[in-house]
Amino acid sequence: MDRSILDGYDPQSFYCEMLRGAASGVIRERLSGLSIDALKERAAAANAELYNLGITFTIYSDAQTIDRILPFDVLPRILSAEEWRHIERGIIQRITAINLLLDDVYHDQHLLSDGVVPAELILGNRNYRPLMRAIDLPHKAYVNICGTDIVRDERGTFLVLEDNARTPSGVSYVVENRHMMLRAFPDLLDDISLRAIDNYGAKLIAALQEVAPPGVADPRIVLLSPGTYNSAYFEHVFLAREMGVPLVEGSDLLVEDDRVFMRTTGGLSRVDVIYRRINDDYLDPEAFVAESMLGVPGLMRAYRAGNLALANAVGTGVADDKAVYAYMPRIIRYYLDEDPILPSVETHICREPKALRYTLDRLAELVVKPVGEAGGYGITVGPGASLQELDECRAKLVADPANYISQPCVNLSVAPTLVDGRIEPRHVDLRPFAVTGSSTWVLPGGLTRVALRRGSLVVNSSQGGGSKDTWVVE
Amino acid sequence: MSDVLLARYADCIFWLARYVERAENLARILDVNETFSRDSRGGQNWRSIVQLNSDEERFFATHPSATAQSVVKFYVIDGANPTSIVSAIRYARENARTLRPLISTEMWVQLNVFYNRLVELGEGDLAPGRLAALFATIKEACQTHTGITDGTFFRDQGWYFYQLGRYIERADQTTRLLDIKYHLLLPSPSDVGSPTDVSQWNALLRSAAGYHAYRRLHTASTTPARVAGFLLLNQAFPRSLHHCVREAGRLLGEVKSRYLLRHGNDAAEELDRLRSVLGTLDISAILSEGLHEFLDLMQQQLSAITRDLSIAFFGYSPEASQAQTVTPQ
Repeated sequence: MDRSILDGYDPQSFYCEMLRGAASGVIRERLSGLSIDALKERAAAANAELYNLGITFTIYSDAQTIDRILPFDVLPRILSAEEWRHIERGIIQRITAINLLLDDVYHDQHLLSDGVVPAELILGNRNYRPLMRAIDLPHKAYVNICGTDIVRDERGTFLVLEDNARTPSGVSYVVENRHMMLRAFPDLLDDISLRAIDNYGAKLIAALQEVAPPGVADPRIVLLSPGTYNSAYFEHVFLAREMGVPLVEGSDLLVEDDRVFMRTTGGLSRVDVIYRRINDDYLDPEAFVAESMLGVPGLMRAYRAGNLALANAVGTGVADDKAVYAYMPRIIRYYLDEDPILPSVETHICREPKALRYTLDRLAELVVKPVGEAGGYGITVGPGASLQELDECRAKLVADPANYISQPCVNLSVAPTLVDGRIEPRHVDLRPFAVTGSSTWVLPGGLTRVALRRGSLVVNSSQGGGSKDTWVVE
Repeated sequence: MSDVLLARYADCIFWLARYVERAENLARILDVNETFSRDSRGGQNWRSIVQLNSDEERFFATHPSATAQSVVKFYVIDGANPTSIVSAIRYARENARTLRPLISTEMWVQLNVFYNRLVELGEGDLAPGRLAALFATIKEACQTHTGITDGTFFRDQGWYFYQLGRYIERADQTTRLLDIKYHLLLPSPSDVGSPTDVSQWNALLRSAAGYHAYRRLHTASTTPARVAGFLLLNQAFPRSLHHCVREAGRLLGEVKSRYLLRHGNDAAEELDRLRSVLGTLDISAILSEGLHEFLDLMQQQLSAITRDLSIAFFGYSPEASQAQTVTPQ
């Protein structure tokens, strides 16, 4: 006997995106008309298609398999127009502040002389790049592409968990998830008006043209990727195709007379703007890590000479550092004279002795994160950690306190998710993507990531998370 | 920036085309051998396929003899054998993965699905009763790829390098097929004209998908010379050496002029020379000089042309292209 799919679904004390979200009424009705077997069938078809299409993600720790799909959950996550407006305003405010911060950090550094943040936090930051102090950028746009991670707590308040201002990824899944839903559930979407997300490529290329070296009539844009074995290769392909630009690797480019060229069938062809999906460290063996095989020797020379635009700019890691994150409310007030629209999670910076003591005293209740990592690695989630894990965490903190921050465990919101043939609540977050050229535009919605293991709060794709289609209702 | 093509992409596209063409040719040869070559020569027929790809050393290192089972396994499902069908499609798919920004999603998906199906094949799928169906499936998948490419590949530079790869591989395959089979089948005086003899030559034509075309042209007789002449010199037969060389030359000229590519004059001249030789020779002259020597020379020319294309367009240095083997990475 087919059961209604939301029978027995219990989000407990967590905020449920489906049951309490402002816009989910219509969908709940339609879903209740579906049997769980029908849902399972459609979900299986959708996942099979992911393999065929090669919409894949590589997990670093699994040396054998190269192609793994990012699990897609067929139950969408829904935001109302109002909820989205609030998030959008908050993100634009944040990106504006971040770009002002970076422009200041790489010019007169007023925020240091005014004591807004400790100088050591910026100048001692491993992502601070002194060579950027000589460079002026068009529109002072350092972070052209930003992915901000947002969560909702048990009261339904949206909080910023972190910014990703270096090489944020995931936007390709946003678009592919929508296509997947359209293929698997066209009936669910009938007569519902959703904010469109198909114009990301157009918006991105427009922004890249805006930040091209001044005086160049028809800027030639490329996307620089580490290549097919990189975990995000599918996304690099997606972006290159959406923008209609060549997808290049380091070996395709060379620098001559402080200008960048690419190797084509017709000889060398000039390049003006590079959307680079390679970390600063590996970008230019002449300027940074000498052993890097991924970068282009001399790229920084072209950059400094004003003959090249890079998106994102070099040195943006200073702004998405988790310790600097703790100061963001202060930073927003300093540059914009406004209160933050989106609050941050309470953060304790362990380089400060008081914060270190606070953290060590409450290790089992807090989440401890290294300041410079990405992908969710190196995090200890106190509640649920074993005694051994807590001891290891304590040892790391004591050995290198400046490398860590701690935060209370946020009771992340949940959304109904199809797991082993049943609908169960699973924690979700949201990563909207913001594109900045002369101004900032935010893609409606963003990537909803879901932690597929029961009780897990870790949503990162590199550690077994999945994703859902994100709807912003008009 | 649709008027420029990355040198590395041109390389990948060229070899993508070659690998799929190679797989299709091999499937066809194995299929014909399986169906039409059952005769007193037995194992000789299967051994000749190993010789066609110059694989004797590697094959006999791990297989005691060339039988239907061992040869089919070696050339269809053996992933450790770089000249097998599964390996060719693997290389094709990897090239396609690099080319994803350039090719249609359908093109990628089809190759991806095809490869995944090949990888799942086991010895059970190679049982005598199932081989014909398997070869048909493989050929169809290759032809589907060709159809999708024809229907969706944007007609800019990349498409030209794809066609060049296809025609050069096809030309090479025809010369190899003829080289091996002709000498295997060379009749003793008492055999000439006998039904057994004729069926073997027909099988050769089928291997090259030329049997029915040949029948329309030479209704009366099947002689070794006519068959060899058809496969090498006939301009209308799409797999003939002459046809492939002529098309390759035409395409190279077109891509150079349309996209203002200054390099590649060496390759263009060589193709032109080759075409005019093939246009003036007749088969009896070739046979009297020595067919094997002629085919050997043709293969060397095709190899030299590939080398020159690699230097001119794919970004290879002269030293690197010297080292380039038939199966680059």
